[in-house]
Amino acid sequence: MDDTRTLRFFNRGPSPVARLVFFCALSLLLLFVDARYQYLESTRNVLAVIIYPFQRLTALPGEVVGSISVYFETQSRLQEENAQLRQQHDADAAQLAQLAAIQSENTQLRILQELKERVDYPMQTAEIVYVERDIFKRKLIINKGSQANVVAGQVVVDDFGVVGQVTRVYPWLSEVTLVTDKDHAVPIQFLRNGLRAVVFGSGDIGEMALRYMSVSSDIEVGDVLVTSGIDGTYPPNLPVAKVVKIERDPAYPFARITCAPLAGVDRHRALLIVSGLPKLPERPETVETKDEPERAKKRLNRRKQ
Amino acid sequence: MIANNGPRDQEFLLPANTGFIVFSLFVAVMLNWLPWHGWALVLRPDFVALVLLYWCTHKPHRIGIGIAWVVGIFADVADASLFGQHALAYTVLAFGGIVLHRRVQMFELRQQALHVLPLLLLSYAAYAVVHWQVRGYIAWEYFLGAVVSALLWVPMTLLLQAMRRPRHDPNEL
Repeated sequence: MDDTRTLRFFNRGPSPVARLVFFCALSLLLLFVDARYQYLESTRNVLAVIIYPFQRLTALPGEVVGSISVYFETQSRLQEENAQLRQQHDADAAQLAQLAAIQSENTQLRILQELKERVDYPMQTAEIVYVERDIFKRKLIINKGSQANVVAGQVVVDDFGVVGQVTRVYPWLSEVTLVTDKDHAVPIQFLRNGLRAVVFGSGDIGEMALRYMSVSSDIEVGDVLVTSGIDGTYPPNLPVAKVVKIERDPAYPFARITCAPLAGVDRHRALLIVSGLPKLPERPETVETKDEPERAKKRLNRRKQ
Repeated sequence: MIANNGPRDQEFLLPANTGFIVFSLFVAVMLNWLPWHGWALVLRPDFVALVLLYWCTHKPHRIGIGIAWVVGIFADVADASLFGQHALAYTVLAFGGIVLHRRVQMFELRQQALHVLPLLLLSYAAYAVVHWQVRGYIAWEYFLGAVVSALLWVPMTLLLQAMRRPRHDPNEL
């Protein structure tokens, strides 16, 4: 049989153009539904379970190479590393002892002041299975999912600072959006002077932007930004980024401030998922002003219905 | 069956059985899912698009727009992109391949690659436009992948043709 037939003696179904129109319309419909609503998450989960074994299979070569390189690490290097770690451990132990003293002092002070105790956030470790293969996005896939009680919205940190936030949870995997993802916002506070702001991802690894800070604000290169904990999503006082460049142009109302994330956003394999965030009390409703009585009345009526 | 591969390439190929088509697509999907990152990710050719395009130009009545769409949906789940994003791109690609399949087969391999490049660019553009509409920006280096894919057209076609060639000489008695 020849594929280059022009005459249509046999019925081969709808023409390519009809198929193109049909499948394009279907794709666009799915795109619209997926972008606007959350109806398709369950379908996505089912498909994700089907392809999960194959995804693990593709991650296998990298893991094998990793374990082989660990196996062949020379003894001298291990010894060196061991000595280094022991030294680090001694230093850390000293600091930890201080920390324990300070903590006990702090708890006492808190009891004295009858303050609610800050929650000690439970953490669980997770490993990066693979980084996102889409260069548009800054995302990671980690090996803990809803089976390990991971919930979307939890914060992922490494030993230097905030890496990102869990944005989608599958049964055995979850997707982490990095703080450097385009327009990902983190509420922060300057460690030096307590100034509050919001830092945005720029879509570029190793770069974040601090927007809407006035030219005269007290910011210096090298300032460390920590989470402020104001949004109720990020626990307070986790390091996020460091200011690397400030451009103050008096022609613009805002300074252009570039920051670099502190966490090894593209460096590590093991990460921590911080869970058990404190539930903040509900935000009080905005009080209706007196010059809009009709709108307030309408809203009340709607609520009664 | 004699595949009509132009005057200088009249060779005997085994009929492509469904198993082989599915296997080639499966291998391509696996290659796409390897943990690429950094520059390798930017330059990564879209193996699935290439294999789909190969089958669309060589066996347009076996592999069509519908199958391309289904493969795209699985790619969407694996890449956590919006549902229909890859599907749309592969649909456009398959349509281009089917419409141009007679024309592409007229040429020799290197010239075929020049025909494949605009098709791949079109498909990449479909993906990027959706992203632009939803997220508001385009990463231009993304299109490098289409160029690398087009460069891989010749070796990939040679490989698939070689695998479809019979083991024994058919003229041998």
